[in-house]
Amino acid sequence: MNDSRSRPGAGDRIRAVFRTFALWELLRGLRVTLKNFFRRKVTLQYPEEKAPQSPRFRGLHALRRYANGEERCIACKLCEAVCPALAITIESEVHEDGTRRASRYDIDLFKCVYCGFCEEACPVDAVVETRIHEYHMENRGENILTKERLLEIGDQYEEQIAADRGADASYR
Amino acid sequence: MADLLANWLGFLPPEAIGALIDLLAVLAVTVVVILCVAYATYMERKVIGFMQLRQGPNRVGFRGLLQPFADVLKLLVKEIVIPGRANRWLFLTAPVLSLVPALAAWAVVPLFPGFAVADLNAGLLYLLAMTSLGIYGIILAGWASNSKYALLGAMRSAAQMVAYEIAMGFALVGVLMAAGSLNLGVIVEKQAGGVANWFILPLLPLFLVYFISGVAETNRAPFDVAEGESEIVAGFHVEYGGATFAMFFLAEYANMILIATLTAVLFLGGWESPFAGLVGRQWAVVGILAAPGLFWLAAKTFLFLFVFLWLRATFPRYRYDQIMRLGWKVFIPVTLVWIGVEAVMSVLQVGPFK
Repeated sequence: MNDSRSRPGAGDRIRAVFRTFALWELLRGLRVTLKNFFRRKVTLQYPEEKAPQSPRFRGLHALRRYANGEERCIACKLCEAVCPALAITIESEVHEDGTRRASRYDIDLFKCVYCGFCEEACPVDAVVETRIHEYHMENRGENILTKERLLEIGDQYEEQIAADRGADASYR
Repeated sequence: MADLLANWLGFLPPEAIGALIDLLAVLAVTVVVILCVAYATYMERKVIGFMQLRQGPNRVGFRGLLQPFADVLKLLVKEIVIPGRANRWLFLTAPVLSLVPALAAWAVVPLFPGFAVADLNAGLLYLLAMTSLGIYGIILAGWASNSKYALLGAMRSAAQMVAYEIAMGFALVGVLMAAGSLNLGVIVEKQAGGVANWFILPLLPLFLVYFISGVAETNRAPFDVAEGESEIVAGFHVEYGGATFAMFFLAEYANMILIATLTAVLFLGGWESPFAGLVGRQWAVVGILAAPGLFWLAAKTFLFLFVFLWLRATFPRYRYDQIMRLGWKVFIPVTLVWIGVEAVMSVLQVGPFK
């Protein structure tokens, strides 16, 4: 005969009225915010402080060279084929020493989704994604990274790129 | 200071000197209120930020302390856009109409012993009148904007303010009965002599009703349906920008500080010290704590201002019908019952209402 679950008894109703007028639920809510008021703040003061980055971070692209200065890219077009956003355009030519080289290697940053597939597909570790993520464009056309620009980025950050590949080598 | 002025300007008739002193008092209070408003916005952003585990503004000046001035400068240099087919005259009058009563209400607030800009005997009535006048600014703003959202916001706001004004008025009647005077200075003096004599104890329900109605009256969260951004963008002031918006903003915060101050004056003994009954005035060092003064009023106001922001950081917005239910069906009966209890007790000469 105990159906106090379905129908609140007089005691429950009195308690409910009492709680309503004591603003019980409201005070509990206020307690939560007051606790948070005194807790440590989680804000990262961005330009001065930065979140830690993984060596696998996928930012701006670069083309690497071998230690002797020779371009790694052999224009195999695997990256172009795997690119889900069709952001890469490659044209190849036969170099004077008989090897195949890219005469054009463009990455459209507006199309790129930074998935990193190009890097995974590359058999010679030529195209990589660097840690650089703070960049901008000011004019139309700057969104296209040409081969020269990519090599430039690669040359500038080679040390970091090599270190990151090294740190991740055992998982690749 | 009055003597000093009288000496300098001895060549003027005494009436002129009196008027000059009044003018200076008005200016001083207005400037202080506006500065307080500026820092209330800073405090709001900081407090709500802290409650959301953020740091709040901290770029402009040391710890962001110059942020309010940057905000004001930004608002003042912005263009004022008058919507097409809006009622130009009313559109520009409305912000003034909402700001002026918010500042004028400060005239009767007793700031420290023996000082209020205008020591009116009908101070409480004047306050009710001034806080009600603010509605006109909002309604006119909504109407003159020639915008659906503004009109809806204004109507909501007006209905809400009318509903809560009644509960607020009844709460004030309770205070009036307890103090036996409409003069705010006298009301504070009646609460002299320590926490036990403050009206908050015998009038606790009225205190709660008054403060919550005050929150609703100023259209602050959780009663801010008038500017519910998810439904009607920004309510009555959607079409306002730049300096005109700044005036509505100023009015809202001036009203907020006013309600906080009034709660302190009416229920927490205004400039009376909470230690008045515990610590002797003539005691060394700690005796200062017992002295009444502007400091105590400021501290109490600060506390209530914090509660305003705390409420905003905590509660989701009320539904419109819930607001109406709370105002008409809960607050008005509660205040009426308590006024009845108070009346019976004071007639029978029992309890705190002798």
